[in-house]
Amino acid sequence: MDKSTCLDVKGLSKWFGGLAANQDITFSVEEGEIVSVIGPNGAGKSTLFNCITGFYKPNSGKVSFFGKDITKFRADRICKLGIARTFQIVQVISDMTVLENVVTGALIRYTSIGPAKEKAEEILDFTGLNDKKSFLGTELTIADKKRLEVSMALALQPRLLMLDESMAGLTIVELHGIIGLIKKIRDKGMTLIVVEHVMEAVMEISDRVVVLNSGKKIMEGLPKEVVSCQEVIQAYLGDKYRAVCK
Amino acid sequence: MKKFTTKQISVTGITLLVLLLFPLVITQTYIIHVMILVFMFGMLGVAWNIMGGYAGMFSFGQAAFFGIGAYTSSFLVVTFHVNPWIGLIAGGVVAAVMAAAIGYPCSNLRGHYFAIATIAFGEIVRIFFNNWKLVNAAEGITLPMVNESFTNFMFHSSKLPYYYIILSFLLIALVICYFVAHSKMGYYFRAIKESHDVARALGVNVVWYRLIAIMISAFLSAMAGTFYAQYILYIDPESVMLLAISIQLVLISMLGGAGTVMGPVIGAAILIPIAEFTRIWLGHKGTGVDMLIYGFLITLISVYQPQGIWGLFANIGKKKNG
Repeated sequence: MDKSTCLDVKGLSKWFGGLAANQDITFSVEEGEIVSVIGPNGAGKSTLFNCITGFYKPNSGKVSFFGKDITKFRADRICKLGIARTFQIVQVISDMTVLENVVTGALIRYTSIGPAKEKAEEILDFTGLNDKKSFLGTELTIADKKRLEVSMALALQPRLLMLDESMAGLTIVELHGIIGLIKKIRDKGMTLIVVEHVMEAVMEISDRVVVLNSGKKIMEGLPKEVVSCQEVIQAYLGDKYRAVCK
Repeated sequence: MKKFTTKQISVTGITLLVLLLFPLVITQTYIIHVMILVFMFGMLGVAWNIMGGYAGMFSFGQAAFFGIGAYTSSFLVVTFHVNPWIGLIAGGVVAAVMAAAIGYPCSNLRGHYFAIATIAFGEIVRIFFNNWKLVNAAEGITLPMVNESFTNFMFHSSKLPYYYIILSFLLIALVICYFVAHSKMGYYFRAIKESHDVARALGVNVVWYRLIAIMISAFLSAMAGTFYAQYILYIDPESVMLLAISIQLVLISMLGGAGTVMGPVIGAAILIPIAEFTRIWLGHKGTGVDMLIYGFLITLISVYQPQGIWGLFANIGKKKNG
């Protein structure tokens, strides 16, 4: 395998009873790339995330991270190896302050609080949340919670960052803020997998796009190629994009 | 680790000094007895709080660990003439092992389901001991009288040594709780309390950290159990393993402030005297009056001050400083 291949997913399937949430999905992510995963609701995007990060055990297939087979690893072990994730429904620790939330993440690489706190401050400076560091998790707006969740993931010092709909439900201004942050993270050389519905953002940030529908991968390619593909338009994008692409 | 302010140090110092001098000034045996109970339940509350308040595992079976501690040391004293101080450690170890054995299969239980499992565990242990011939079943164990000395963990002429011993136990529990709360473990416990998913996404081995919380909690509870056995000199399953004790510990911690170091001690300092003094004033007719007052206080707290009484202090402190 190529050494710079960050994540390699081969023939991954996940069944819930008789329902195939993921069926024979194969794709790979090179180091330093941003790959977007798109598809209609119920296409299996979040299931794919959960299978890669060890939250679900896939029924078949293989997930490798820098050549290491991680298919059967526990979530916390995968996290320690360097895959960080956020959740579709934003998850922060509500009775901790913003700083404490990020410290909890940073503690994966430190045993004592002091250095973890320094790291956390550094990350909050980077993500622009430092002025709210003493707010409680519950006191944040959705946009700030999402920003905090990204900060917590960054505190894990991952080699691959997986964002599950970090832009859903945001206003235009907040959206541009998050897109700016993702670009900033990319410029630091981070490899990213992003699940997203906001097509403008997908077009803007992605190097490659993987399209899922009904649990299957129906297409993979450059953002431009994807939006001009007939099947993708029918399954997901709708006529608006047909017009744009012609 | 955060530095203490002079105010914090002086308040702690003065409180300690008052508690050390208290039994020398107020010498009524009954008051000393109530204080001993306050410290003991305070210690049990602190133990409960480590798993319940910090890691979010609401245990209604804490009396089982308390009882296992009491039974282990007493059984060793009576059968093998083992020194109760060694029994104290042995009891803690046995309780911690039991805790791990029951905690592991419950790894995925959260919230109400975990609470239900702990009720079942507590009741199973009580019924088991009630029928276990080796430990005298329902007859219980009477500890043999020996010469009073610190080594023998037995004192006849005065309650003072017991007062100071349980006060030091409480301090040990508080120091452990403080270090847990301000360490990596404490952060991870609070992540687990929020949700298993968020903890796992932060790289926390949820099963492992939950087991650690349960084991620390069980060890400290068992220590209090051995103390109780050496203090009362008689134990049976109906006095050390009652569900009522477990419930009282939850109430103590919730009232004082779950997830705070000092909360359970405040809770114990309020609820235990209420229970004891209603018993004095109203005698047998007053059975349950303390529960009425408990209920009233808990209602007040959950409506107006969900973080407990300690939270109230903390808020006032914040307002003053901010």
